[in-house]
Amino acid sequence: MKKDIILGGVGGQGILTIATVIGMAALSEGLQLKQSEVHGMSQRGGDVQSNLRLSSDPIASDLIPEGKADMILAVEPLESLRYFNMLNRESGWVITSINPFKNIPDYPPMEEVLAEITKLPRYIIVDADKLAQAQGSIKAANIVVLGAASPFLGLKYDSLENAIRQLFGKKGDDVVELNLKALKAGWEFANHKHKG
Amino acid sequence: MDKLLLLGDEAIAQGAVDAGISGVFAYPGTPSTEITEYIQASKEAKERHIVSQWSSNEKTAMETAIGMSYAGKRALVCMKHVGLNVAADAFINSAITGAHGGLVVVSADDPSMHSSQNEQDSRFYGKFAQIPVMEPSNQQEAYDMTRYAFELSERFGTPVLFRITTRLSHSRSGVKRGDIRPQNELSLPSDLKQFILLPSIARKQYGALLGKQLAFQEESGKSGYNVLYEGSDKSMGIVACGIAYNYLLENYQGREIPYPVLKIGQYPVSRKLVREFYDQVDSILMLEEGYPVLEELFRGIMDEGKPVKGRLDGTVPRAGELNPNIVGSALGMETAEGYPLPSVLRGRPPLLCDGCPHWDSFGALNEAMKDYGPGRVLSDIGCYTLSALKPLESINSCVDMGASVTMAVGVAEAGLTPAVAVIGDSTFTHSGMTGLLDAVNRKVPITVVVLDNSTTAMTGGQDSAGFGKLENIIKGIGVEEEHIRIIKPLRRLHEENVKVFKEELAYDGVSVIIPRRECVQTLARRMKLKHAKKKTTKVNTVK
Repeated sequence: MKKDIILGGVGGQGILTIATVIGMAALSEGLQLKQSEVHGMSQRGGDVQSNLRLSSDPIASDLIPEGKADMILAVEPLESLRYFNMLNRESGWVITSINPFKNIPDYPPMEEVLAEITKLPRYIIVDADKLAQAQGSIKAANIVVLGAASPFLGLKYDSLENAIRQLFGKKGDDVVELNLKALKAGWEFANHKHKG
Repeated sequence: MDKLLLLGDEAIAQGAVDAGISGVFAYPGTPSTEITEYIQASKEAKERHIVSQWSSNEKTAMETAIGMSYAGKRALVCMKHVGLNVAADAFINSAITGAHGGLVVVSADDPSMHSSQNEQDSRFYGKFAQIPVMEPSNQQEAYDMTRYAFELSERFGTPVLFRITTRLSHSRSGVKRGDIRPQNELSLPSDLKQFILLPSIARKQYGALLGKQLAFQEESGKSGYNVLYEGSDKSMGIVACGIAYNYLLENYQGREIPYPVLKIGQYPVSRKLVREFYDQVDSILMLEEGYPVLEELFRGIMDEGKPVKGRLDGTVPRAGELNPNIVGSALGMETAEGYPLPSVLRGRPPLLCDGCPHWDSFGALNEAMKDYGPGRVLSDIGCYTLSALKPLESINSCVDMGASVTMAVGVAEAGLTPAVAVIGDSTFTHSGMTGLLDAVNRKVPITVVVLDNSTTAMTGGQDSAGFGKLENIIKGIGVEEEHIRIIKPLRRLHEENVKVFKEELAYDGVSVIIPRRECVQTLARRMKLKHAKKKTTKVNTVK
């Protein structure tokens, strides 16, 4: 088993939370892991990414080679485009939220952004804000995107659920429940899309 | 014991705690900040009374650590690469005094300048000071090497430089811990003159340092951190330093590397191993994260030995960090390509947070500066450096910590007046105070704006050394009281604030304006904590 995932978003959108959940799930399945993060200046509203590598064998590089990522998992659509050069042309998936984060004056028209994603052979675009809101809070939008990615991660769904329980446990049952529902909503959306 | 999932920085921190340090001394700076933060948050470190409060700057941190080493205890010093420039005087001289208790200096380099003004390679400092340098390739090595570095420091009575780069600092992986070593007992150096660098003593001490050089080199061959791996194809040999080794392995996924490989994790490198490597290969490929430090040595000034490829001939780009693709290309391999970046993609540079007090401070400054020409605002290093970008475009310089004040003095002395310095509260106490004293003594017409958000914001909100003391410091330096103005940077006070700026810009002397409002990030965190505490208290009462 080997999965190379690029997580993309804007500083403060919670991609490190996604990375932590996937990481905990992977560890619970006995996998090895390397997770490269961005700290410092970019965290102030700039683009941030994390390279997350899971494998049953030892992992050498902290960075994923270009053209080798199995997945771009983005919590913002423009940010998914930023890592197209990393995506594996034969097998790579783009999983992204449809909800833009517009903190730049020249944010391109949404149709143009989406047109670039829908040109790809494998993608899922999910309205994470809406689905998260329906579960109780927009705050869980990042976990909805994780849910939409979950069928393609090569991890057991249970492992992700357990990781959410472990990570959010301190914040109380309500927060755990919200995030479990958000994960499920994303998962259902992806399965429906994928099969339909 | 279970493996811990640690950043490279955290692996160093855990290694240092387990090596029995009694203190960590540091000023925050990306990518080194997480080392000290990890120790500050560690329960074990607290139980063991490990000192971990932030220092005012890297020089005070380094000197405090030398003091702890003098007293026989183990001390860790952490900084970003440019911080070592600030600490350089103390650092270089610590090589001459030597160490008593273990002394390890971590310098975190930032090749590609993700969060820095340059990409200087700290290995040069190791060579400059003539002390051993460690350079780990992965998180486990970061942990193991830290422990080893303390042992090495005490065995040879020398400080040890520990170099790490951004990618490893900020990448997480499983780390297996070793046993916890107890802290050293308080003890004085056997020679009480060891730390007195009077010329007569310094010459003797320097002789002792020079005398250790051969042993340092031999140690690199014995420690296991210089390793020669055999390869059957002798047409080329590869030298891989630090994290470059991982990128090399990545390109041979599950396959054996056909060439001899010299893996370097410790300097000065073992001449014996280099000789053994050099004699068996026809050409050499140098893979170094940073400057071509070893490559220059391998080539020599005439470059007439065996053909060497690396950063100096363009096989590897001269600037910037390495990655698996760059190393793959240097090996002559076909590397995979993803999709081209769509033309619709736009850059998303960092910017000041919504509600950040700096918006209002610069809003008022920009308006007050309209009366004068452009190019008079010298600034410094912190979140506020982002005011160089659109839409504010307020500042004209950012060079090094504290340079805003002294550059403004120089600009004013050149005749461009009034000149303005904009500096944050933490940067001011780091290196701005002495410059302000120069300004007062020269009576130059400058206005110093100390943006007081009461924290070290850029690196994530660490304590600011001058908290609650700024006015007294500034008064004590000699700025006249009526020209120390405190304003509250808020949109609704804009007109008032512009007026204050205009008045002080018009004053023919040194004035200081302190726009004071807490960083929105630390404020939000504080409120969240307060809220959480209230909640717990409630639950407790119900019980």
